[in-house]
Amino acid sequence: MTGVEPARASTAFELNGRTVEVDADPHGALLYALRNDLGSKGTRFGCGLEQCGACRVLIDGVVSYACTTPLGSVAGRRVTTVEGVATALPELIEAFVRRQAAQCGYCASGVLVSAAALLHANPDPTDSDVRRALDANLCRCGTHLRMVRAVLDAAEARRG
Amino acid sequence: MAEAALLTAPPPATRPAHLEKHPLIGDWIGFDRDRVQVKTGKVELGQGIHAALATIAAEELHVAASRVDVMPVSTRESPDEDYTAGSLSITQSGAAVRIACAAARALLLEHAGRAFSQPLDSLRIDDGVVRFERRTLSYWDDWSRSGLRSRFDDVTTRDQRSRDAGVDGLRQDLRALFEGRRGFVHDLDAVGLLHGRVVRPPPPARALEAVDDTRTRAIPGVVAVIRSGGFLGVLADREDVAVRAAERLRTDCRWAPGAVDAFDERGDWLETHAEPPAVVFEKGSQSDADGTVATYNKPHIAHASIGPSAAVARWTADGQLEVWSHTQGVYPLKRELATILGLPGDHVHVTHVEGAGCYGHNGAEDAALDAALLARAVPGRSVKLIWSRADESAHEPYGSAMRMRLSARLDERGQVAAWRHEFWSNGHVGRPGFCGAPVLLAASELNPDHRRPVAMDPPLPPGGSQRNSVPLYAFPSVRVVHRPVRHEPLRVSSLRALGAFGNVFAIESFMDELAASAAVDPVDFRLRHLDDPRARAVIELAAARGGWAETRPDRAGRGIAFARYKNVAAYCAVVAEVSDDAPLGVSRLIVCVDAGRVITLDGVVNQVEGGAIQAASWTLKESVRPRDGAPPMDWDSYPIMRFTEVPRVETFVLDRPDAPSLGVGECVAGPVAAAIANAFADAYHVRLRDLPLTRERVLAALQD
Repeated sequence: MTGVEPARASTAFELNGRTVEVDADPHGALLYALRNDLGSKGTRFGCGLEQCGACRVLIDGVVSYACTTPLGSVAGRRVTTVEGVATALPELIEAFVRRQAAQCGYCASGVLVSAAALLHANPDPTDSDVRRALDANLCRCGTHLRMVRAVLDAAEARRG
Repeated sequence: MAEAALLTAPPPATRPAHLEKHPLIGDWIGFDRDRVQVKTGKVELGQGIHAALATIAAEELHVAASRVDVMPVSTRESPDEDYTAGSLSITQSGAAVRIACAAARALLLEHAGRAFSQPLDSLRIDDGVVRFERRTLSYWDDWSRSGLRSRFDDVTTRDQRSRDAGVDGLRQDLRALFEGRRGFVHDLDAVGLLHGRVVRPPPPARALEAVDDTRTRAIPGVVAVIRSGGFLGVLADREDVAVRAAERLRTDCRWAPGAVDAFDERGDWLETHAEPPAVVFEKGSQSDADGTVATYNKPHIAHASIGPSAAVARWTADGQLEVWSHTQGVYPLKRELATILGLPGDHVHVTHVEGAGCYGHNGAEDAALDAALLARAVPGRSVKLIWSRADESAHEPYGSAMRMRLSARLDERGQVAAWRHEFWSNGHVGRPGFCGAPVLLAASELNPDHRRPVAMDPPLPPGGSQRNSVPLYAFPSVRVVHRPVRHEPLRVSSLRALGAFGNVFAIESFMDELAASAAVDPVDFRLRHLDDPRARAVIELAAARGGWAETRPDRAGRGIAFARYKNVAAYCAVVAEVSDDAPLGVSRLIVCVDAGRVITLDGVVNQVEGGAIQAASWTLKESVRPRDGAPPMDWDSYPIMRFTEVPRVETFVLDRPDAPSLGVGECVAGPVAAAIANAFADAYHVRLRDLPLTRERVLAALQD
């Protein structure tokens, strides 16, 4: 992205079910537009390299990395952040709270987005399914097992 | 999963030093409207300490836990409790809060007794209120204003904790976190906030020679390029602009070439650079222990925080500095900043805001100084500085490399007759306030004549590299020798457990090697050398829950390890199970902990399980391996354990209601490493002594 002079353009897209418009360099990362222009601070910066998953969002239902997605590329598309996941999947939040599935909590947003994508695609995941779905997310505190149990709890609650 | 056990009460703990500095009830708690405020100097790192302190307060005061707020920690408001480190928050702050609350409770009863002319024994506190006929007296009535100014030493208290329903001790901040609403320091906002980024030399380059900032300053939105000596950074009105500007600025820098400070991963360099020996502990005959000898190695390990370090800083018109940081020590940071920036101490104010888990001394304090330096160029404006992933991976201080050499002689009964432990290590504490001179990165950049001091080791009982080097076992002849190493090819400082990780890995691996040479079962071998009933209890529990007596399937194995953290803190025994089909070889960890009286069982289990998984990651995967002089720059160059690799973990906690409560954040690390090594030995009949115990190394050892 270096060497390109910033353009001022307007990018309109759907964020967690409502239409938004951001007047900023379309080559800038979606992550910064979410956090700074749209006040959606749940999506986090971890590496900027697609290596840790802290910035994961759903774009048209597909897990994506907000840190490398250019703002302009989401024009007209549906973006779901962790805030939207919390509204759409309250059972998932409940399960995470009941399991106290966090220590520092920095990775939680990205994990919840990955979990949401899994639950949409597979309402009855196994332990292995959940681990694979979360494998692109890094957690350093060692909360992995609690988060996996919480996702399984949420899946069960949604089926029941 | 908690199991109670009968035990005679140990002697009472000594009073925490911070109580002497802050002797009034009101130094630690406050009553505001209908809320209780807990004022601690210990910060929330993700370890759940604030929830635990709220639980302690609720229990002692007899109020609903939902009524208790733990105040944000700042140098303006909070007692000085130095660093939140060493698994001491429960022991120090927990004890202080308990004492202050017990005094407040006693005072309320005393005042109520006088007001109602009733004997104290007949009065009850119900959610902070004493009721008698139609009258009430509570913590929030007038008496408490002067009551809070009482010295708690002047108040007689009785042990009257309540365990009412409603005090479940669970963290109340998690819902907001999961809904994306609870912030970290990275999320702070301010009117007119500017975004900062720093530009540091790409290793092995060491210093900035020249920079042409023309192109960078031409980027729309860039407010300033700040250069002071070798310190370089940029400010912009938008974060995406700041990131781009830093990238452009980096390409317009000329770096002074640096020499590669190469070192062998195995650790021979530690012996080459060793200082003369310093005896840590001696007992019994000091003749040589000729018998079994083994050398164990532990590489540098990274904190590897998921979120990079960050800070917000603002200078006021009258030259005062406000800083928001995820530091583990707001007071030491305040003093360090004042020293480096040439300010009177009372001109610097530090407020703690959560960051990502730090697990010790990472880049938090460096980021605070960086933010302050950038903000100095724009007085009155708030500046938010976030490190890049490369900044964090390359510049965080690492956990020191260590080498441990153990030797022992067994007597004719197969008991240890003599035990010798020599260890080589850099210091384990490079924190502000410990090394006699500023330690932060930018201090050397501002003034190239300032050389960062080497890391140090505090004396035992906490110790640094010496932590847990003295065996808890009853050996008749012991000698423990420390070989400090002042040559630091990599910057080092405190990583969770400090020297205990390497020392316990070595001691507990060696215990298994000795047990094998004596043809004694590893559990029996340990029990034969341990008198402490609490130590025996965790080992026996781990063995029982770990199915120690069951037959091992083929190509699978079990290993056990034990330690008492710092020899005075929490007890921990681990059984590790390994098998061929587990991704990194470890299929299950059974962890047993005795941490005295449990405040919140869920909090203890969370910390223990988390610590076990992190230690398993260190043990199986991690080593800081510079390539061509470049330390890790990202997650590819420093991989950590992933969701598909995490073993099953089962945690058992022995609650000791009459024993002082202890922290559990660090007690599990060393036992996990040794239990895994011992399990590999059990399964494959190979003894691995060099961390990390990667799949490749296991296979290579099998081929030999």
